[in-house]
Amino acid sequence: MSPVLQNVSIGLSEEQTMLLDVARGFVRDKAPIEVVRAQLETETGFDAPIWQAMVDMGWAGISLPDTFGGSGMGVGSAVPVFEALGSGLLGTPLLSTTLAGQLIWRAGGESAADWLRRLCGGAVGSVALLDQADWGAANVGVELNPDGTLSGTKRYVADAGVADIFIAVANEGGAPVLAIVERDALGEVAISRNTLIDLTKRAGNVDFTGAEPAQVIRGDSVAIALRDTLLLGALFTAAEAAGAADKCLRSITEYLKTRKQFGKLIGSYQALKHPTVDIYVGMENARSFVYHGATVVGDTALSVDAEVACRMAKVSADDVMVYAGDRSVQFHGGFGFTWECDSTLFIRRAQWAQQMYGGALHHRKRLASLLLDKR
Amino acid sequence: MSHNKAALSAFRKEVAGWMEENVPTDPGFLLPLTFLEVGTEQQLDFLREWQHKLWSAGYLGMHWPSEYGGQCADPAYQHIVDRELGRHNAPIIFNTIGLNWVGPLLLDMGTDEEKAKYVKNILSGEEIWCQGFSEPDHGSDLGAVQTRAVRDGDDYVVNGSKIWTTLGNYADHMILLARTNTNTERKYDGLSFFLSPMKIEGVEAHPIRKVTGEYGFNQTFFTDARIPASCLMGEDGGGWTVAMKTLEYERGVTAGQASGHWGVTIQIDDMIDELSQLEHDGEPLLSDPVVRDDLVSFVMDAKALSLCGRRMAIPALNSDYPMGLALSVKYRSTEYERRMKQYTASKQGAQSALYVGDADAVRGGFWQRAYFSNFGATIGGGTTQVQANIVAEHVLGLPK
Repeated sequence: MSPVLQNVSIGLSEEQTMLLDVARGFVRDKAPIEVVRAQLETETGFDAPIWQAMVDMGWAGISLPDTFGGSGMGVGSAVPVFEALGSGLLGTPLLSTTLAGQLIWRAGGESAADWLRRLCGGAVGSVALLDQADWGAANVGVELNPDGTLSGTKRYVADAGVADIFIAVANEGGAPVLAIVERDALGEVAISRNTLIDLTKRAGNVDFTGAEPAQVIRGDSVAIALRDTLLLGALFTAAEAAGAADKCLRSITEYLKTRKQFGKLIGSYQALKHPTVDIYVGMENARSFVYHGATVVGDTALSVDAEVACRMAKVSADDVMVYAGDRSVQFHGGFGFTWECDSTLFIRRAQWAQQMYGGALHHRKRLASLLLDKR
Repeated sequence: MSHNKAALSAFRKEVAGWMEENVPTDPGFLLPLTFLEVGTEQQLDFLREWQHKLWSAGYLGMHWPSEYGGQCADPAYQHIVDRELGRHNAPIIFNTIGLNWVGPLLLDMGTDEEKAKYVKNILSGEEIWCQGFSEPDHGSDLGAVQTRAVRDGDDYVVNGSKIWTTLGNYADHMILLARTNTNTERKYDGLSFFLSPMKIEGVEAHPIRKVTGEYGFNQTFFTDARIPASCLMGEDGGGWTVAMKTLEYERGVTAGQASGHWGVTIQIDDMIDELSQLEHDGEPLLSDPVVRDDLVSFVMDAKALSLCGRRMAIPALNSDYPMGLALSVKYRSTEYERRMKQYTASKQGAQSALYVGDADAVRGGFWQRAYFSNFGATIGGGTTQVQANIVAEHVLGLPK
């Protein structure tokens, strides 16, 4: 085994592999692009019956143990679902709900059981992490006061407008704690919506000042759970981006096979053909990293192999998604520059995804240490 | 032979033990990095003896039929041998064109007579093969082959020339693609495929010097060379199909090769080991943030290659682009290797400018030579640019 490459296993279970087919079929049948477009400028950003269908199939608890109503198929099982959702550019609160579940389960275990059951049953959860723009900062600017209330604002909270349960990362005497806050505990004007670059996604700033958490999770497990949840966020976002990159590639190749200029199909020009091949190769690489990530992440604290896998998956998927979205606009020519062209959706998804849970710079810096400093 | 984990693991141990004892030590002269650069009789004799030794031990063409010199084993056994050859930095197994494309082609499409005549001697190293596809005016465009073979009684009379004939000056046989008919509607239909003798009158191989300074290539000239009509493989006019099948073996799209150890294995770990010994601005090179970021990219490229290799074996995870991973292997791997070697050769300060032959060169100029040599991989067997066209057309369905 190569000391630098370390673990190179890919071993999705039969159930997980089947899930990929099922989820792709679901997205194909339920979420054609018109359905996605219909939600672009709505308040919630998602189609309630589609979300309910996903909950009914057990996807809200796809990464959680069956004791709480989850699938019991292991945390990696979320990967094929997110890849499929990404391929449809389908907006849903699944990513925020999944990560909220992972965070309180990893930090609180059984003590979070009631919340986990609610999340598996379709309540929307969201992790309120960022105090400001830096994914690499400690982000403990919100205080848990001695009187049991919170003070401070979290920014860029995914699906804030529709979340039923917030997991706010707060500071208590110098240690990070997780404050579980129900929507009803927030003030009426606590949430202000962000204007996101990706119109299939939603986020907002949440002022927790005065809110009283329904439960607080404390202890050493919090920091590890936070680190691992961010890594899983990177992996799941990467899976979504890999799926979206594939869809974007298909839209490019379709156009290159039908559009004629100067009497020739434009797909016959190598200036368009070869970059398209690079998108294909990048997409396949990203998918390999994502499946590898799904193989090595586990339900206990993530290993070094898993950390490397999640970070590489994110870097790889970001790179190809940005390249695919960018080239998609360019290769569609004047039409590519218009709102009607789906390239608009792809390039916006790319710009959104590349920063979520840390961009390439964030992960590459950490990968350099993981790969080079143990020598 | 059974194919269970315990048996494979025992076999791995056995092979590793054999390698410890039998892999030749440094002969005291420069050995070629790949089969494309065998340039002296001294190298040839050494490599032929080494191949014969490996075959005699039963470790070459293990999955080929025993009546033709193989062991009828599962291909997993040969993969183990190949990996151990790499791990032990063994000299290359040089008769690559015979072992990896002619042999599998004959076993697949050849007559019993052809198999009996050629296959065993390929494994033993007794007979060397070369390939006559490319021509001076037609490198990647094989359909345009112009070398003529004209039927005359029991012979074909061949005129023309082939280029980039690796091992041509030492070879006993050539797989020759020649035009037997100039009046076909499609240019491909006028081509025929021959198992052609090299050591006959009218065939001359002239060595060509490469960018590395070494030899290995030839231009082969045919001047009224008479080859027996029995050398025709398949039908007169059916050469294109056989040539395309050959390329599948050459490009690794179809398995069956006798040994993958055709070049010195250079891994990402070798790169990082080398760089870890260098300094920049008086500090260890690996503490430089720019270099660190570059290396993350290289490690990711290497890891992606390994992971995609694993994924190729899991149909459910790559069925949406059938053959996509296989058809893009050459495109993905050879360019990464070229960049990786160039990078390592360029981080040695003033020593980056030294080449093979200078006593002060880092590792005898290994990386500089390896970089240049790597163009054999990005150009040979269809250039990177042709590979991109293949992926575009056959995987993505883009128009020609």
